[in-house]
Amino acid sequence: MKKLTLALAAALSLSTANAADYVIDSKGAHASINFKIQHLGYSWLTGRFNDFKGTFSYDDAAPSAAKIMVTIDTDSIDSNHAERDKHLKSDDFLNVDDFPEAKFVSTKIVDKGNGMMDVMGDFTLHGVTKPITIEAKKIGEGKDPWGGYRAGFMGTTTIALKDYGIDYDLGPASQTVELELHVEGVKQ
Amino acid sequence: MKPRWSRPIVILHWISAIAIVGMFASGLWMVDLTYYSDWYKTAPHWHKSVGLILLAITVIRLVTRVVTSRPPSHGTPLEKRLSRIGHGLLYTLIIMLFASGYLISTADGRSIDVFNWFSVPAMGEFFENQEDIAGEAHFYIAWSVIVLAIIHALAALKHHFISNDDTLKQMLRLR
Repeated sequence: MKKLTLALAAALSLSTANAADYVIDSKGAHASINFKIQHLGYSWLTGRFNDFKGTFSYDDAAPSAAKIMVTIDTDSIDSNHAERDKHLKSDDFLNVDDFPEAKFVSTKIVDKGNGMMDVMGDFTLHGVTKPITIEAKKIGEGKDPWGGYRAGFMGTTTIALKDYGIDYDLGPASQTVELELHVEGVKQ
Repeated sequence: MKPRWSRPIVILHWISAIAIVGMFASGLWMVDLTYYSDWYKTAPHWHKSVGLILLAITVIRLVTRVVTSRPPSHGTPLEKRLSRIGHGLLYTLIIMLFASGYLISTADGRSIDVFNWFSVPAMGEFFENQEDIAGEAHFYIAWSVIVLAIIHALAALKHHFISNDDTLKQMLRLR
């Protein structure tokens, strides 16, 4: 009986040792969600979403079992210009009154080796959900000096505004937006 | 001689009236302009420039109003009371328009250019999403001012055509 209990305990501890859950460190702002879009075809206009939260689970030994979920407060868009941000939040673009959140939920991860991976998932923006692929790469992981353990990634993806029902005419050079995510998670 | 509105008051009243109607029309029109409209950048620039100049004119007008004479008011005690409230409300709402408009454009710390003459500096961001909240306030207060101004105009016409008193004539008198 004692041997069985011991074996069971060992088996249980082994299975929970793998999947590690992380909370994205929005509190410490060691994460950012940035975007860039062409301005008239003459320069890159950049900005970010200041308020977002998310979690991910990741294990080096099984990268394709990883998951990530991020929720973004759309009214935290910040392109360093009050009048532009007001316009972006209005119903000409993001319509944050009707759609206060944008969300990404991963559905599948394809490990490409060397810390690179394709993160497939559903992205909801402006009330429209579409499947996208984020090209991601692990930057690093390990213990931090304050008793915690962290893992960090970056990812990029390009979306077409029209796909999400945002059809304000910004000109032919500005049909797509590049999103760049930097996330660092604190292991729970 | 009976006291009357001073000439500066009359002039400032009508300049303000025309400017306020113009600002309302331009404000409503400009927010529907698209990226590729010729007036996309110019209309807001003129709207903000005129707004800040109107702010200066209104300050001068308020000071002048306090220190100069006014003709006797006409009507029942209720009408006189409503008139005081209505005029006070018009002044208050217009000042709130200046404040809310200013807060939209300066939420990011940027100053507002008055034509190409000078810039009015920002006072900073007082609260989050200031440009949106001030924007909503600006929109609803603008409509309130126009509705109140219509009532104000109708009341003046009532004094002139129905009560047959000199209320309107006094505000048209330049000498």
